Amino acid sequence: MGTGTGIGRVRGLGSAKHGALHWWHQRLTAAGNLLLVTWFVISLFLLPSYDRATVFDWLASPWVAVALVVMTFNVFWHIRLGVQVFIEDYVHADGPRIAALVALNFYTVGAGALAIFSILRIAFGGVPA
Amino acid sequence: MTVSILHRICGNALAFAGGILFTWWLVAAATGAGAYDAFYHLVVSARPGDGLEAVTNVLARIVAIGLTWTFFQHMFSGIRHFVLDTGAGYELRVNRIGAIATIVCSIAVTALIWACIFLARH
Repeated sequence: MGTGTGIGRVRGLGSAKHGALHWWHQRLTAAGNLLLVTWFVISLFLLPSYDRATVFDWLASPWVAVALVVMTFNVFWHIRLGVQVFIEDYVHADGPRIAALVALNFYTVGAGALAIFSILRIAFGGVPA
Repeated sequence: MTVSILHRICGNALAFAGGILFTWWLVAAATGAGAYDAFYHLVVSARPGDGLEAVTNVLARIVAIGLTWTFFQHMFSGIRHFVLDTGAGYELRVNRIGAIATIVCSIAVTALIWACIFLARH
């Protein structure tokens, strides 16, 4: 095992055993998004207006609220995996790469949690009119 | 090549512009009438006489049309990736037709959707 080039140091060690799961989850969430985001885009298109009362009526249905929660989880997971690959391919220096990956995780978990909490709060009728 | 790079650019645009707009919309709705009014007037429909909102409305419409195309480009390109994942579609001619088809389909669907929206309003 060499100590020079990167390929020399890892040659013969085998895979890290994490790549295939990442790849599979990327495809799994892609398939989920194909169904869920298509449903979401069509639903938005069919809503008669985007005022608060209309949106609340729409979100009051358990089918809509649950589908939107599942979609939000799926979308932000897909974002986390996809942008991670993007960062790893284009940000080569260790410091900026780790900082970008941390920021990505904070963004996806934070925005996803905010969106899901908001959907549930509306669906459970917890927002004053 | 072009479609592969477009897939990444569109994915990132959806991840951030789409993700933030989606979250802002839901958080505003769940916060209260004032927060939703701010979102609604800035993004969906300006109040008469409000110049700032009129400008942000136009910008929001451009972003919305852009994100519609971005979504369908990423979606059709993603479907193409599923086909390529099976090992099919690597012959040069088929591969090229598939790549062009993603762009043709995404532009066609986006044009159809926004034509319906603008025709319904006028």
